Amino acid sequence: MEYEVVIGLEVHAELSTDSKIFCSCTTEFGGDPNTHCCPVCLGLPGVLPVINEKVIELAVKAALALNCEIAEYSKFDRKNYFYPDLPKAYQISQYDLPLAQNGYIEIEVDGKKKKIGITRVHIEEDAGKLVHAELGGYSLVDYNRTGVPLIEIVSEPDIRSPEEARNYLDKLKSILQYSEVSDCKMQEGSLRCDANISLRPKGSKEFGVKTELKNMNSFRAVQKALEAEVKRQKKILERGERVVQETLRWDEARGVTVPMRSKEEAHDYRYFPEPDLPPVVISKEYVERIKSTLPEMPQERKERYMKDYNLPEYDAGVLTDSKAIADFFEACVEKYHDPKTVSNWVMGELLAALKTKDAEIDDIPLTPSHLVEMLELMDKGTISGKIAKTVFKEMIETGKRPEQVVKEKGLVQITDEGKISEIIEKVIKENPKSVEDFKNGKEKAIGFLVGQVMRATKGKANPQIVNKLLREKLQ
Amino acid sequence: MELYELTIHELLDLIKKRETTPSEITESVLKRVGQVEDRVKAFVTITEEEARERAKHIDEDVNNEGNIKSLMGIPMALKDNMCTKGIRTTCSSKILYNFKPPYNATVVEKLNDAGTVLIGKTNLDEFAMGSSTENSAFHTTRNPWDLKRVPGGSSGGSAAAVAADEVIFALGSDTGGSIRQPASLCGVVGMKPTYGFVSRYGLIAFASSLDQIGPFTKDVTDCAIVMNAICGHDPMDSTSANVDVPDFTKSLVADVKGMKIGVPKEYFIEGIQPEVKDAVMKAAELFEEMGANVEDISLPHTDYGLSVYYIIAPAEASSNLARYDGIQYGFRAEEYDDLIDLYKKTRSEGFGPEVKRRIMLGTYALSSGYYDAYYLKAQKVRTLVKQDFDNAFEKCDIIICPTSPTTAFEIGAKTDDPLAMYLSDVFTIPVNLAGIPGISIPCGFSNGLPIGLQIIGKPFDEATIIKAAYTFEQATDYHKQKPNL
Repeated sequence: MEYEVVIGLEVHAELSTDSKIFCSCTTEFGGDPNTHCCPVCLGLPGVLPVINEKVIELAVKAALALNCEIAEYSKFDRKNYFYPDLPKAYQISQYDLPLAQNGYIEIEVDGKKKKIGITRVHIEEDAGKLVHAELGGYSLVDYNRTGVPLIEIVSEPDIRSPEEARNYLDKLKSILQYSEVSDCKMQEGSLRCDANISLRPKGSKEFGVKTELKNMNSFRAVQKALEAEVKRQKKILERGERVVQETLRWDEARGVTVPMRSKEEAHDYRYFPEPDLPPVVISKEYVERIKSTLPEMPQERKERYMKDYNLPEYDAGVLTDSKAIADFFEACVEKYHDPKTVSNWVMGELLAALKTKDAEIDDIPLTPSHLVEMLELMDKGTISGKIAKTVFKEMIETGKRPEQVVKEKGLVQITDEGKISEIIEKVIKENPKSVEDFKNGKEKAIGFLVGQVMRATKGKANPQIVNKLLREKLQ
Repeated sequence: MELYELTIHELLDLIKKRETTPSEITESVLKRVGQVEDRVKAFVTITEEEARERAKHIDEDVNNEGNIKSLMGIPMALKDNMCTKGIRTTCSSKILYNFKPPYNATVVEKLNDAGTVLIGKTNLDEFAMGSSTENSAFHTTRNPWDLKRVPGGSSGGSAAAVAADEVIFALGSDTGGSIRQPASLCGVVGMKPTYGFVSRYGLIAFASSLDQIGPFTKDVTDCAIVMNAICGHDPMDSTSANVDVPDFTKSLVADVKGMKIGVPKEYFIEGIQPEVKDAVMKAAELFEEMGANVEDISLPHTDYGLSVYYIIAPAEASSNLARYDGIQYGFRAEEYDDLIDLYKKTRSEGFGPEVKRRIMLGTYALSSGYYDAYYLKAQKVRTLVKQDFDNAFEKCDIIICPTSPTTAFEIGAKTDDPLAMYLSDVFTIPVNLAGIPGISIPCGFSNGLPIGLQIIGKPFDEATIIKAAYTFEQATDYHKQKPNL
């Protein structure tokens, strides 16, 4: 039998506020354990939460970017459970009246557009972090992250394959970054994802029994975990057995999904309205005001790049995938006349370098003006395209201006015809065989001779001039 | 006459006239504590040295500034569920036996600013759950009028300390009557302000939607003075109301002419002590004689108050008290096998039986499958109880009734019967459910034990309550009686 995969995703994204959700402690990542804390986020006896208005603003912004309807009236609830990283023994979240509902994200599947529904977006606080002693026997708690604001984004079960799930996550991340509500750094835990997945016979309208997958630390892991779970469920169904509804943990090392102990999931959270916080009442005017601050979204930007810069769809797509990259590109284009050249450098050298370094563009010292100045040196003939690649690498490492790199490394292009002629003479003398070959009509041989001249000048000779002079001398 | 016997306004007059100093007052109060505390047992912690230091400091302020702040040099006590920086704050629970908060509650800051001197932290029923202080993990406070009897609760320590002249005033907290009932049983003035009028920041939560801090004083004038100091909006408490605080001392006018006073028939139930009923009826007559219009009213949902309260308060408490898990602070069981065992043993050993009973009640009421039948329903009935008052206040300015159905009962009399104990708060609980203000003032005696009159008002209309209470006080001398200690 052929099965259809049904997936829904729950994503937690950290909001980019300076201070925590209910107190004025910093949200900065890292820091020595328990240094970003106060009585409020430590949940000490007697303290009370006060909502950070920036949290509401960013959450509304995110929800609007996800095409959601903003609730005029929503409220906070307590989700009660015991765990040492949760100092109040309840998490302040939103239960039956979330901030926003009924949105969607548009993704592309096999070249066609598809809408994935967003069930709800709600606000909640993050918990702390448990650090288990390596030798066992005890654990330590770090409350720095406690009270960092999160939004939870729950999708409809509209996703039909692990690839689509990946696609959805990429798009979601891009939208959140574009609207500047979250930096979405998965390695810092500012974006986390759980998945619900079930299988059903193709054509069936009813849902199969679902399982919940947790502990995926990257988008790739989400995709792999879902792929593994599709296989596992398929096997069960093909044996004529039933899938058990349960929560599974993704074991990255072994590449399998493992059931969590029932103790870990048998929770009755005893939700009830948070009596320490008033309801969240949001006016239409407020929503309109936030809407007007929403920046251009990736899809719009992509279309604009194709139209205004005459870029191929592929280029426009790659460049606008990440807001930071698109911003970098645009800053270059403002100062440089040829968008396609900029696009080639950004998509080629820049993205490759970021991938190798596993870095974001903010992490490296290269600025748009570096790239523009370098392109101008090429246009002036000061450096060749080949030299430019060396310069580019150096700029990424050190942040030095291109002219300085050229000077320090002696990379100025040799355009002096007399000087080049001298070297050509020498090369001709040393390679009689190639000269002979060329004269006998072997066009390829000239390439070798050009290469020898370039080698002798350590790549600094202007290749066009070398080519021109060589031909003159050999004719 | 000893200084410790005086009221805030009397002492402030003496300080202003330079006839005494904060240090002399503090010494007098500490002397009194030395004489009676081992019999009354009002305190959990006495901050004798800090008090002397502080008083000396204020002596200088008085000399230097000349400007006398509203409570300058006045010795007072705080119920031990209000956080005091660096001073043990226990909630009279083993689980917080060693907890020293790193911060001050907002009311503590306000009192400090007003110039008070902290004498100590007073005993309470563990986590403010109870009506007698018998649920304290440390000891039972005695009623200064009869040491064999309870002072009421949960703020019994604060009420007894004021009644025994161990402090000039004290703060308590009132979730279902915990200020008014002990004030009634100890013969002092105790006010629960409108919910949201006094900041709860730093008050260790019992039931967040009901808890409210208020004063115990020796007379209504002092009540108005302390209310001026503690009321007002606090950005640290999102449930704190952003309303103007009137000068309550302006309401100290003996005049109830034309005031409309309602007497709810549901508050004179069977089981009420006849002397209590008589005293309240006499009070009503007195008001009438003084020119008020007294009429019978009905608060039809009064019967449900107790049931609603014993769903909502434990539900909130079960969540509020979940943080006492032995991880960050307070008591932790000595031996345990794993995390779950650590939780179980810490909480089993750290909490007393009444607290456990309420945590279980609340956990049950919030459980999946029971939430709608209990918590949600209780919230709906709470609205009906509140509407009763809204309707009543369309016809009258204040409501008068007994504070407690009985005078002080003997220690141990109700400890085996929680339901009988819960009935002690039957007249005070509806006021918390409605979030409105109420006061208890002395209105008579029965066999040498004080009787309290409760005056209930409209939200944020403490001024009218104070005016009525002051008028009654001016016409009587119950508040001037002192226990024989």
